[in-house]
Amino acid sequence: MPVAASAVYFLNLRGDVLINRLYRDDVGGNMVDAFRTHIMQTKELGTCPVRQIGGCSFFYMRISNVYIVIVVSSNANVACAFKFVVEAVALFKSYFGGAFDEDAIRNNFVLIYELLDEIMDFGYPQNLSPEILKLYITQEGVRSPFSSKPTDKPVPNATLQVTGAVGWRREGLVYKKNEVFLDIVESVNLLMSSKGNVLRCDVTGKVLMKCFLSGMPDLKLGLNDKIGLEKESQLKSRPAKSGKTIELDDVTFHQCVNLTRFNSEKTVSFVPPDGEFELMKYRITEGVNLPFRVLPTIKELGRTRMEVNVKVKSVFGAKMFALGVVIKIPVPKQTAKTSFQVSSGRAKYNAAIDCIVWKIRKFPGQTEPTMSAEVELISTMTEKKSWTRPPIQMEFQVPMFTASGLRVRFLKVWEKSGYNTVEWVRYITKAGSYEIRC
Amino acid sequence: MSGHDSKYFSTTKKGEIPELKEELNTQYKDKRKDAVKKVIAAMTVGKDVSSLFTDVVNCMQTENLELKKLVYLYLINYAKSQPDLAILAVNTFVKDSQDPNPLIRALAVRTMGCIRVDKITEYLCDPLQRCLKDDDPYVRKTAAICVAKLHDINAELVEDRGFLESLKDLISDNNPMVVANAVAALVEIQDNSARPIFEITSHTLSKLLTALNECTEWGQVFILDALSRYKAADALEAENIVERVTPRLQHANCAVVLSAVKMILQQMEMITSTDVVRNLCKKMAPPLVTLLSAEPEIQYVALRNINLIVQRRPTILAHEIKVFFCKYNDPIYVKMEKLEIMIKLASDRNIDQVLLEFKEYATEVDVDFVRKAVRAIGRCAIKLERAAERCISVLLELIKIKVNYVVQEAIIVIKDIFRRYPNTYESIIATLCESLDTLDEPEAKASMIWIIGEYAERIDNADELLESFLESFPEEPAQVQLQLLTATVKLFLKKPTEGPQQMIQVVLNNATMETDNPDLRDRAYIYWRLLSTDPEAAKDVVLAEKPVISDDSNQLDPSLLDELLANIATLSSVYHKPPETFVTRVKTAAQRTEDDEYAEGSEAGYSESSAHTADGAASPPTSASNVPYAGARQPAPAPSTNPPAALVPDLMGDLLGMDNSAMVPVDQPSTPASPPLPVLLPAATGQGLQISAQLTGQDGQIFYSILFENNSQIPLDGFMIQFNKNSFGLAAAGPLQVPQLLPGTSAATLLPMALFQNMSAGPPSSLLQVAVKNNQQPVWYFNDKISMHVFFTEDGRMERGSFLETWRSLPDSNEVSKDFPGITVNGVEATLDQLAASNMFFIAKRKHATQDVFYFSARMPRGITFLNRTHNSHWNPRHQVCHQDSKP
Repeated sequence: MPVAASAVYFLNLRGDVLINRLYRDDVGGNMVDAFRTHIMQTKELGTCPVRQIGGCSFFYMRISNVYIVIVVSSNANVACAFKFVVEAVALFKSYFGGAFDEDAIRNNFVLIYELLDEIMDFGYPQNLSPEILKLYITQEGVRSPFSSKPTDKPVPNATLQVTGAVGWRREGLVYKKNEVFLDIVESVNLLMSSKGNVLRCDVTGKVLMKCFLSGMPDLKLGLNDKIGLEKESQLKSRPAKSGKTIELDDVTFHQCVNLTRFNSEKTVSFVPPDGEFELMKYRITEGVNLPFRVLPTIKELGRTRMEVNVKVKSVFGAKMFALGVVIKIPVPKQTAKTSFQVSSGRAKYNAAIDCIVWKIRKFPGQTEPTMSAEVELISTMTEKKSWTRPPIQMEFQVPMFTASGLRVRFLKVWEKSGYNTVEWVRYITKAGSYEIRC
Repeated sequence: MSGHDSKYFSTTKKGEIPELKEELNTQYKDKRKDAVKKVIAAMTVGKDVSSLFTDVVNCMQTENLELKKLVYLYLINYAKSQPDLAILAVNTFVKDSQDPNPLIRALAVRTMGCIRVDKITEYLCDPLQRCLKDDDPYVRKTAAICVAKLHDINAELVEDRGFLESLKDLISDNNPMVVANAVAALVEIQDNSARPIFEITSHTLSKLLTALNECTEWGQVFILDALSRYKAADALEAENIVERVTPRLQHANCAVVLSAVKMILQQMEMITSTDVVRNLCKKMAPPLVTLLSAEPEIQYVALRNINLIVQRRPTILAHEIKVFFCKYNDPIYVKMEKLEIMIKLASDRNIDQVLLEFKEYATEVDVDFVRKAVRAIGRCAIKLERAAERCISVLLELIKIKVNYVVQEAIIVIKDIFRRYPNTYESIIATLCESLDTLDEPEAKASMIWIIGEYAERIDNADELLESFLESFPEEPAQVQLQLLTATVKLFLKKPTEGPQQMIQVVLNNATMETDNPDLRDRAYIYWRLLSTDPEAAKDVVLAEKPVISDDSNQLDPSLLDELLANIATLSSVYHKPPETFVTRVKTAAQRTEDDEYAEGSEAGYSESSAHTADGAASPPTSASNVPYAGARQPAPAPSTNPPAALVPDLMGDLLGMDNSAMVPVDQPSTPASPPLPVLLPAATGQGLQISAQLTGQDGQIFYSILFENNSQIPLDGFMIQFNKNSFGLAAAGPLQVPQLLPGTSAATLLPMALFQNMSAGPPSSLLQVAVKNNQQPVWYFNDKISMHVFFTEDGRMERGSFLETWRSLPDSNEVSKDFPGITVNGVEATLDQLAASNMFFIAKRKHATQDVFYFSARMPRGITFLNRTHNSHWNPRHQVCHQDSKP
């Protein structure tokens, strides 16, 4: 059954019900007590997000200081349920203007009730697009760009749009200046062994768009990816242009992209929602340009002393630079004293996370700053187990750099009124889980 | 600007309810709205505000949509507790359902469906009928779901009022969202009803596949889930379907992707072309991998499903093992699942990399994860013969770290590796013995003791090592005690010197006298007796070569896997359990309709006759009219030979060996002496005479196979046997021929038996009472059970056609059924062969939804025919036995 939920509960960390909605009769209203006693108050919390208690199953997720719990008693579609929660939270955030937490729920409970009634019916998820819902569910909490003040009168054709083929865009939008902003945001995930071997490396990228376009425009996006280029040269029967082509392992698209056309013609064509949205996600494992190399040497000198040397090499173009670089070098729990020398940035010992945190605000390409630290340890007799050496973790952002080498070749906008559009493209590469074992 | 609703949660102390009541009845609209908000706030925090019902309902007639929604919300929560007052709201609902604003029309229908009060349900029908044909798709899509709601409350009403037809019409609606909701509603109604209501034809299929392109992401999930039940007619159709579904794999919504994967996997079973299959596998891999970059909870669902998928189609992700490497910050539940999949994907090609990973995990912080990682190394060693040595060296490295739980876990898996590769890696035993004193967990201790016992001859100080455990014998857990007992016996048999002999005395004493554990005591007695009577035999038993093990842990049974794969993305696939095992509302009705296709008529009386069985078992029928076969009995002049229904299950149970809680092979009739006969008269009660006996069939003739053992001090002779009247009229067909039995000797004999000689009256049973006497002792009486299979004749095989006919012609009352819980059948084919060997003939096998159904026939002398249907599912085998008497 594609049913996703019989009831939804929002709980705070103590287990108080902030808001709840029963969609079906097959679970009792007091099921949340079972969740509280059998999951929240036990060590089980966090061990498994899907649990069966008695005749009911519970799926739960924690988002900031709120637990969202779905209860079912049938063989429900779990994937659908979790995705529903994720989407619902995104929807609430777009209504509240950012934060989703206990206070936001209390402050908007009427609105949430109204939304819960609309986005799910009898346990079946309905339309969750914020764009469309904002047309007719308007509360004080909304920061709607369209309606300057909330009205009780619904937009006349709202219902048609909720159910329409283009269920994510309303008609009749007008902008003075037609603009499209396109951001390619890549996260590099790396797992490197202590010897410098790459164990796992991939890039997950997102194409984020912000559209301020009038009417019902048709957009077409071209990237320098291999399949797209090959198909294109096939169609135009001319050899593919030389230059770097990127092989995408997998692509997923926002629901506005015509998947059938992508499958047959390999073009990304779509009618975009208004405002900000995530057009596509992709994953690349081959030919990833790692922006940083980390070379750690950690020596344990006897029981009470350690020497840590870390060299970080930036391997992108010399004219580029990375921002907000943070390198977290783990040290044992019983660290007593640390002293460092850094050739760039600042380092600090953070006892709360048992790490030396080395920050470099601006990190130019083709440089290799170093840090050397001496760590003194309290000698303990009880600590029989040796130190497990968690990996070094790194955070960074490199603007105008893509680890995959992906580039936008064109973005065509076509609308029947034939207006001109201005397109802006940005690239940025961030650290995903960038770990180096030591 | 965000809302400030939190103010509604704070109320003044004095008399909250009266205050709210007053505010609700004020004439100021704004104040009324605030009051309703306060009521809802109170409801949210769990206060009972049902006493305000009338006052809130009075606010219902408003132009303000927000207020209306709040009142409706209140109604959903409290209508059930105030059914009489809820009727007050009906007028407004009906009026609202005709409102010019489609949002209000839909809201009214949606809310009415959520109010589960019978009186309201009646009023729902007309508005719902109208809304299903509304001009506005938003109203129609809401009404479609409402039909499912109504069906849940009152299924008959839905059918009587023709809502199902209207709903089916909506499948052809021009709006994709209406189509999707109608499909969802129909699937749910089908799941809850016995009749076929929503069958996907090739026509609906193509319509739905077209709608798939246009509807919302959730609608795509509904449609894909519905279509995954569709069975393609041939490979070509399957390929066409798959082709239209594959683009969904690129969807950003994980539920769409998983539902598409489910559908493709289902259709792939039909596709014969290996190229197409390979191509599909290639296409499915990347989307599955992408699911692993979603939220951890979704990753968990994906991983549980991937676990199933790689069991069926290992090639899909064979090259992707790296994506399952654990990240340091992955939640523990994700790590555990990744580990499980890594073991499944480990191969000779990637094992080096995998071992490095496992080794890394084995030094992490989380104890459960570390243990699982160590165990994973062991499982890889057992799975991959060529990598076993590398696995062992990694385990030894880990043992050297001397982290207590790592060492213990390593020893447990090394024991398994020894069993898998005997006489290969014993050189490492010395290293293992070094960590002997750190062991404190039962399983690890037991494993180590097993190793010492098994390789006692190679360990110089094996006796010292074992002795160190003996001191604490009484305090050890049962698992360790049992292992200690066996290990000491092994040691003694291998090194029968003085030290071990003393040890064995101590252990046997402890295990027989000082313990309350029957397992331990029984095992100790067996060893004791073996050792004292025949040490060589003891060697043969205790030191026998052990069968080689393989890594089949966490592998699912193929038919269970089939079922779980059909349930991808659902709870069932996450639990790895069939839905019936955890869904409380079991829908047996749906299965019944499928059954009827095969054996019509027999099904109707099924529940009835099983109830009858229960009655019969509880109190044996006293009057003839209570016996189901009374009709057949009266015209027959000879004493009836028909066992009544109540008896049959018992016999079938015996026949199939159900009492042993496993479907074991029936004894081979041609070699009656080879398996030990059940002891019916133990030596202790027979003054030293022990009698074992069993009925056997041989070449159509029935024998009573008897073994006499004389454990007394005197020779015994002049044996005679007598059978009491019994339901089958079994009697000796000749004299018992047993020679004189000297003390300590035994004699076996086959006594020919005849049927229908001395029939007993009264309620039939499988009991056979036997009396044996000899010249030296008093008469011994003992009871045996009649196994029915010995009566079955070799002409019991029936043609399918005649079987079906007979099955249909049987009166329902002839049918009985019985459940045998907790039975597992290993190897269907083998079991069928064994049954055929005992003249129980296999007719047909059918598969429906969750179970395999087997049909058997058997015939007894004088033309009594048995038809047997076995529902065999993994969790609940049910035997339905149908019996027919073909005598006039």
